[in-house]
Amino acid sequence: MDSVELCGPAVPDFSTHPGLAAGVAVLQLAASRYLALSEQEKELNQRLRSLYPAVSDQETPLPRSWSPKDKFSYIGLSQNNLRVHYKGHGKTPKDAASVRATHSIPAACGVYYFEVKIISKGRDGYMGIGLSAQGVNMNRLPGWDKHSYGYHGDDGHSFCSSGTGQPYGPTFTTGDVIGCCVNLINNTCFYTKNGHSLGIAFTDLPPNLYPTVGLQTPGEVVDANFGQHPFVFDIEDYMREWRTKIQAQIDCFPIGEREGEWQAMIQKMVASYLVHHSYCATAEAFAKSTDQAVHEELASIKNRQKIQKLVLSGRMGEAIETTQQLYPSLLERNSDLLFMLKVRQFIEMVNGTDSEVRCLGGRSPKSQDSYPGSPRLFNSPVHKASNVITDHLCFPLFPGFDSNYCNGVSSSKGHTSAHSHKSCPPTIPSPEPGVLNGSRGQQTNVSAEVEMEVDHFSNGVSESSSNGFLNGSSTHGIDLEECDADMEVDSAQSKRQLCGGSQAAIERMIQFGRELQSMSEHLRRERGKNSANKKMLKDAFSLLAYSDPWNSPVGYQLDSIQREPVCSTLNSAILETHNLPKQPPLALAVGQAAQCLSLMARTGSGSCAFASVDDYLH
Amino acid sequence: MMACLLEAPLRISVLSEVTATSRHYVDRLFDPDPQNVLQGVIDMKNAVIGNNRQKANLIVLGAVPRLLYLLQQSSSSLELRTECAVVLGSLAMGTENNIKSLVDCHIIPALLQGLLCSDLIFIEACLRCLRTVFISPVTPVQLLYTDPTVIPHLMSLLSLSQHTQEYITQIFAHCCKTPEHQTVLFNHGAIQNIAPLLISPSYKVRMQALKCFSVLAYENAQVSMTLVNVLVDGEQLSQVFVRMMQRDKPIEMQLTAAKCLTYMCRAGAIRTDDNCIVLKTLPCLVRMCSKERLLEERVEGAETLAYLMEPDIELQRIASVTDHLVSMLADYFKYPSSVSAITDIKRLDHDLKHAHELRQAAFKLYASLGSNDEDIRKKITETENMMDRIVSGLSESSIKVRLAAVRCLHSLSRSVQQLRTSFHDHAVWKPLMKLLQNAPDEVLVMASSTLCNLLLEFSPSKEPILESGVIELLCSLTQSDSPALRVNGIWALMNMAFQADQKVKVEIVQALGTEQLFRLLSDPDTNVLMKTLGLLRNLLSTRPHTDMSSHGKQIMQAVTLILEGEHSIEVKEQTLCILANIADGNTAKELIMTNDDMLQKIKYYMGHSNVKLQLAATFCISNLIWNEEDGSQERQDKLREMGFVDILHKLTQASDPNLCDRAKKAMQQYLA
Repeated sequence: MDSVELCGPAVPDFSTHPGLAAGVAVLQLAASRYLALSEQEKELNQRLRSLYPAVSDQETPLPRSWSPKDKFSYIGLSQNNLRVHYKGHGKTPKDAASVRATHSIPAACGVYYFEVKIISKGRDGYMGIGLSAQGVNMNRLPGWDKHSYGYHGDDGHSFCSSGTGQPYGPTFTTGDVIGCCVNLINNTCFYTKNGHSLGIAFTDLPPNLYPTVGLQTPGEVVDANFGQHPFVFDIEDYMREWRTKIQAQIDCFPIGEREGEWQAMIQKMVASYLVHHSYCATAEAFAKSTDQAVHEELASIKNRQKIQKLVLSGRMGEAIETTQQLYPSLLERNSDLLFMLKVRQFIEMVNGTDSEVRCLGGRSPKSQDSYPGSPRLFNSPVHKASNVITDHLCFPLFPGFDSNYCNGVSSSKGHTSAHSHKSCPPTIPSPEPGVLNGSRGQQTNVSAEVEMEVDHFSNGVSESSSNGFLNGSSTHGIDLEECDADMEVDSAQSKRQLCGGSQAAIERMIQFGRELQSMSEHLRRERGKNSANKKMLKDAFSLLAYSDPWNSPVGYQLDSIQREPVCSTLNSAILETHNLPKQPPLALAVGQAAQCLSLMARTGSGSCAFASVDDYLH
Repeated sequence: MMACLLEAPLRISVLSEVTATSRHYVDRLFDPDPQNVLQGVIDMKNAVIGNNRQKANLIVLGAVPRLLYLLQQSSSSLELRTECAVVLGSLAMGTENNIKSLVDCHIIPALLQGLLCSDLIFIEACLRCLRTVFISPVTPVQLLYTDPTVIPHLMSLLSLSQHTQEYITQIFAHCCKTPEHQTVLFNHGAIQNIAPLLISPSYKVRMQALKCFSVLAYENAQVSMTLVNVLVDGEQLSQVFVRMMQRDKPIEMQLTAAKCLTYMCRAGAIRTDDNCIVLKTLPCLVRMCSKERLLEERVEGAETLAYLMEPDIELQRIASVTDHLVSMLADYFKYPSSVSAITDIKRLDHDLKHAHELRQAAFKLYASLGSNDEDIRKKITETENMMDRIVSGLSESSIKVRLAAVRCLHSLSRSVQQLRTSFHDHAVWKPLMKLLQNAPDEVLVMASSTLCNLLLEFSPSKEPILESGVIELLCSLTQSDSPALRVNGIWALMNMAFQADQKVKVEIVQALGTEQLFRLLSDPDTNVLMKTLGLLRNLLSTRPHTDMSSHGKQIMQAVTLILEGEHSIEVKEQTLCILANIADGNTAKELIMTNDDMLQKIKYYMGHSNVKLQLAATFCISNLIWNEEDGSQERQDKLREMGFVDILHKLTQASDPNLCDRAKKAMQQYLA
């Protein structure tokens, strides 16, 4: 699209000059071709996404074309590496040549499919369509060697890692469309001809196979369709059958044998979840009606609720103070946690929400971007779940898997491995760093809109209408694309100012920053380097480098949504001191399920494709 | 024995106890207090649920007439009438004997009468009971149609509730068995009324509505043609059916939707090359044949698929390569499997029950697959033990299997290649001959038709069949009441006589007898007539056989008869060809030459407007005047006198090259 816009204005200039008319035509042609290409690319992306939603394109990219690097020299590629033609002598089978796709077939596809159209059968039509593992000799047709499988056009035979074929299907020739479907659940493969399934060709297929075609005589030309165009065969229908099968398997999975055991367990999970997030009244009522004991005193739950409220409304100073009062030794023992809280406090100071700067600014405590009164974790369950998954799961189960994809804040003490900022479990539509940085408006809108209504309701006063940020985001809440540009204008007009606009507050903030700096140095001396802490501080301080921190690349930190992981980490730490699980079993189970699916994807169990956790979270 | 004796008194006492309580329930139906009656019916309802013996007892004790009386009494409370209908519905859920008793008590008119009530709950109870009665195989379907007001009333009840929809469509689906039934339902707006139910939120309603369409469309062009134009919620009906065939839908639904489309296609409402047939219905039916499906589903799938592609070679070709169908069907012959025999009795019983059905379905499908394409036939005969299976299928006890096996054999017998090889290797003629000895007509038709092919000149089976005394059998077939059997009998004889030696020909003529021959020549079925003429031609062809001293006169009579009668061009052509054959015989020539009447006829046909007849007549003359034979001079002279030369001369100018050529050759005989 970009290049078209560039070409657009150029056209009238050129066309006034007769000598350049041809050049214009070429340019226009190039533009339209580019347009067509990007259209095709768009269609490809769309189709691949809808066919293989469980595949993470970063971890396991899908095949999109033939590989110019992974082919025998007698193979020529054209048309964006989708067309294959033979350019050898084609005298003997020794002149056979193959090409593999750019990537192997990810197991998370569940069912994978591609089609090949025979453009020309050439001299003898010795064409093979199939699969092969990396490293299999390319001077051969697919199917002749170990870990290589093919269906050949001249005799219709299937070749299963052997030089001699088995009678399989009809022959194929110019004009036919041959499809190859790999079922990664039962590791079988079948072919289609012109939209008709020919039946199972191979069983017990190994993992990580590449789509492969082989040609052997001059004039043979074939085109691949990896999803660039609609398929002739109705692969979606086949996938529907397998999705239903897998889901039936899940639905029929035998649960606890003894009567009531299953129900009791679920009730326990719900109760513990309510308690964990300090829903005192609900938890109490639920425990009563299901006849369960609550493993924490009501007072304790209320204390946690109070602290969470403070964190979520941005009043970090008070939150830290209250924590220290109620749980005297907690923060002393856990200096990384304290540091994280203080960094957040600093951010809230910049934001103008922290209690300390508020007093100085002389504003009413709720006037600026206030987070709703009670813990709002439940209004954004997806976020919550994702936090929990990474916080908890990664550490006990998969130490290598990093937790801070969420927001770059390492949420647990000691385990600071901030190396994979980008890793993101495939099934969780939670904020990826890119999304957070790029379109902050979008992220905030979701929560802000929901919270706002509640706020109005509970207060009965529309104080928050004075808040420029919220106004801006809610007016443009729906049109996300335009939102970015418009919001900047809006927020510039509004009175969103550093530390709420008070000079005293700014001074206090700077002083606090210095304290934070020295705390960081102190920590480093005592406990050695901590890259997560360092980055956290650096990011927070970066806010001051911009005249309008809210619209800066690091501005995402100011979003109220960023309070959630902090709140959750603090809550978990408190619970741990009471020997209670730092994550509720419910979230743990959800996280485990999601992690299990990604583990299945990595170990080649295709059924993970049809068992998304989200399908079961209504 | 001892144990039985000891137990017997105990059983009697238990039974009498049960009867006593049952009697109590019945007695309460006669209580003067209506409230007590109601309570009695409710208690009875609770007592009979799931208790077949209790149901039988109550029926024996005469509860049904009383319940029906209470149900029909307008003085009964609506609640009581409803409970009565519920109890009757419960009784109907029992054994087939229960249903018989209920029907004998005229439950159907009583319940149909009940449908005129305005109370929905009562109507639903009546419909539920009617449904249970009508879906039983022991209930005569006709009872639904005796009162002509019933069907329109049922149509009007369709809009009331999901329950009425479910029960009524289920009744229709079960009671639509003949073209007349289809017409009645169609004329009362079944299509418009039921089509919207295909998108009902209730699965049961959708399913029963779908079943209705499958029985309505079966071999019914009127219904099928209407169906293609029906829109359901703005969508074409065929597309609704296609959606119901999606692979995540229940198998029952996929299969029934495929049946609907199959029937619509066979009735000519959908083209066989339509995507919904080629890419959807056909693959769906092939899937129904797979090992994963239940035995019943596999049977239905195979039968429907066979029916779908029977007339279309392209569908046969596609099916033959879809999902290894040909070898998949071989599995149909493996029931009961050796495993099921050992592992559990239940499974063995189940397998045994379906084994025949599976085999006949597979034979039918093979027959359909191989009816046109030589490559497919080859593929079928090369399937493991295929010929052996057909051979043993021909002598199975089940008539259905025998019929299907012979259909399959017939389909494969269209292949010259197979006749020469596998048919001969497996001596299929033996069981086939056995089958022909004593079988119902439908089997005979197929078997004799197959025999026709086996008797073709190039078939190596021809000799052994001849030796097995087949001629008598075929002659007896020509006397059958069934035109199809007469055709096959005479057809087989015709094939047999083709280039046969004198001995066989004499045998045929003797066995058939002139009387029968004449009867066949005046057969109302043109096919029979044509094949008889064909037989005559074959009998007379090749010179030495033409002179049939014994029946010359009769044959001439027959020929005259046909040439004078009202017959098609083809028949007359064939007859003239026979005449030409006769004209070729040494002594037989005289039969024509001495028959001036016949010569006039030949003359007439030489001047006929149809070239084929002209050609055949000219052939005849040409044979008569052929030079190198005795007496040719006299014949030439006589025919010249009769003006044949002038005609021949004219014909040398004919526009048809064959005729012109033939006339010239005849003229040369005069010139030589």
